[in-house]
Amino acid sequence: MTATTAVEAGLLACHACGLIHRPPAAAHGAVCARCGSSLHFRKPDSLSRTWALLIASWVLIVPANVLPVMKTGSLFGSEKDTIFSGVVYLWTSGSWPLALILFTASIAVPFGKLAALTFLLVSVQQGSAWARRERTRLYRVLEFVGRWSMIDIYVAAMLTALVQFGSLMNIQAGSGAIAFGTVVVLTMFAAESFDPRLIWDPVEKKRG
Amino acid sequence: MADAPREPRLPELPEAVAAPQRRWAPQLIWIIPIVAVLAGAWLAVKTILESGPTITISVKTGEGLEAGKTKIKYKDIEIGLINDIHLTSDRKRVVATAQLDKDAEPFLVEDTRFWAVRPQVTAAGVSGLGTLLSGPYITVDPGHAKQKRREFVALDVAPIVTREEPGRTFVLRAGDLGSHDVGVPVYFRRLPVGEIVSRELDKGGTGVTIKIFVRAPYDQYVTANTRFWNASGIDVSLGATGVRLETESIVSILIGGLAFQARPDAEVAPPAEENHVFHLFRTREEAMKRPDVAVVHVVFEFKESVRGLSEGAPVEFRGVTIGEVIRVRTEFDPRTFTFAQPVEAYLYPERLRARSRDAGAGLPTPETPEGIRKRVQIFVEHGMRAQLRTGNLLTGQKFVAVDLFPRAPKVKAGFSKPPFEIPTLPGALEDIEETVAGILKKLEKVQYEQIGADLRKVTVTLDEVLKSVDRLVQRIDAELVGETRSTLQAARAAIERADRGLLAPDASLQEDVRETLREIARAADALRSLADLLERQPESLIRGKQAE
Repeated sequence: MTATTAVEAGLLACHACGLIHRPPAAAHGAVCARCGSSLHFRKPDSLSRTWALLIASWVLIVPANVLPVMKTGSLFGSEKDTIFSGVVYLWTSGSWPLALILFTASIAVPFGKLAALTFLLVSVQQGSAWARRERTRLYRVLEFVGRWSMIDIYVAAMLTALVQFGSLMNIQAGSGAIAFGTVVVLTMFAAESFDPRLIWDPVEKKRG
Repeated sequence: MADAPREPRLPELPEAVAAPQRRWAPQLIWIIPIVAVLAGAWLAVKTILESGPTITISVKTGEGLEAGKTKIKYKDIEIGLINDIHLTSDRKRVVATAQLDKDAEPFLVEDTRFWAVRPQVTAAGVSGLGTLLSGPYITVDPGHAKQKRREFVALDVAPIVTREEPGRTFVLRAGDLGSHDVGVPVYFRRLPVGEIVSRELDKGGTGVTIKIFVRAPYDQYVTANTRFWNASGIDVSLGATGVRLETESIVSILIGGLAFQARPDAEVAPPAEENHVFHLFRTREEAMKRPDVAVVHVVFEFKESVRGLSEGAPVEFRGVTIGEVIRVRTEFDPRTFTFAQPVEAYLYPERLRARSRDAGAGLPTPETPEGIRKRVQIFVEHGMRAQLRTGNLLTGQKFVAVDLFPRAPKVKAGFSKPPFEIPTLPGALEDIEETVAGILKKLEKVQYEQIGADLRKVTVTLDEVLKSVDRLVQRIDAELVGETRSTLQAARAAIERADRGLLAPDASLQEDVRETLREIARAADALRSLADLLERQPESLIRGKQAE
């Protein structure tokens, strides 16, 4: 399928109001003549921004999984749980459906997302034309699913707020939770800053 | 997309407004990964710095221990966590690997002790109740050694005393353990001041070594001359003032106990060193005895039965105990087939010396064996004899009484080396027995038959005298027929007179003779009955005639 892209036609569309512009003659930067939003052919510095956020996520996902996300203190001692120990606990205690959910939301998805984004970035930088459609779909799934990783953080936050019975029992969020939350947010930003149109650009270049 | 495609009207498109590009904007995004890396690095460094050493603790049983759950606590503060539990290859013990906190590093030295805290109920108290619900934890008693260590063997039972508790440990040696187990209290003037920390059999099994811990500040009362004794059970004593019942405490009746105190007459001594070795006496009485340094080994050869004389029986000198019996045996001489009961005893000459010193004219106690031998010999030559006496009429317990008997038969004290034989005298009861026997023997020697025969002879002689008198009278009667009547008459008259005087039943001579004969017969009777009586009741000689 061949199509004329806006870039080929030398046109810019405003993301906010949809007005189509001709690029300004001299300057690099441009703003919408109608609503004042900044205009660009492609998201500016999409790759480097995504890389930056992605690297930050890769770094932080390590403490997120190693450090405890929840500290449970009760009358008979205290316990620190990492994400993985929570999964193991749920699995060994027999509630394996819950274990699966936790594993999916808190381990599989964040790692999958990071891996997928890395794959997309690498493939775009290499100008690959392989499975563009599938890669675009992958990106859409990524963007949709990423926010659900916050379940874990929500649970920890809720328990921390609710379970405070003094010495009888109390739950505190550990430093792992902060790291994990940061990872989720950063990956969401990374997915946001990635411009899926870059996947398709090599085709146009080849044709052009 | 729902809109219908329209022809593009390109020329009418507005031109975008040019805007100056913000030069720093693209670089700004890299702050995020830099911050992330810094944060990650900081976390990593912190974790590495905070993560303490990993140690292994070998425990006897893994009861209640759980990897990832069981904690290591010190003063109830968590300092580590067990993260792995496995069996040793020989399957004899359980090895727990534990991750400790950073600040637990100084704990890991050579003499640090670990043990599992589990609920424990003993006579002395209940401990570790909290672990009933939370499960056991491992606690630590930090050591003071310099040498580091990473592999530990946990104690099987919780130690009674931890190192940071101020006080000192002492060692007691005893013949047997008695009723003392670990944790049994130690009393000082009825105040519980410590506990038994450990007890073990000596190598060779000849005794027991008990370690005790005395808490500060009471440990200063343990001095070099302190005596330890068994304070368990009840001590009932019957004295002149009535029955006395003594015990250290109710707890000590149940679980036993030890007590210590210095002897009342002991000099003040400095506090004993840590781990000073003491002897554990069986009773308070024994502990409070004067220490007898000098000991003389003697033997008494008793001929009589030594029933009631036991080992440990006192050897008394006029009521003062100067020694004790150590062995009672019996021997016989195959040549003469005589039996003797040699009783060996220890005499403590210092007890005698102390008394003579009080009197002002003390003899120094001889130090050399030769001096001791001479001293004993002098005593024996002055009549020192041993006697077996009954100490208690109810139980028949006997003791050896040593005294001076100046009138005792001289004995040549010919001994050269211990045990010195001290001659014996029969006991008091035996003395009476012997005297009675002697009297009886003498009585037996009396020749009652001879006496009877003699008496009979006397009677016969008297009879003959009477007969010859009769004959004489008859002859005179016959021979004087031829004489003158007057003479005859005179003679008759004289004879008649004589007749009247001699032969008439009421004649005084006859009367007298008859009287005499009767007396003799009565005497013979009396002797016979005496002989009979003596035969039947020889004791009547002493006690008098008994009613039939």
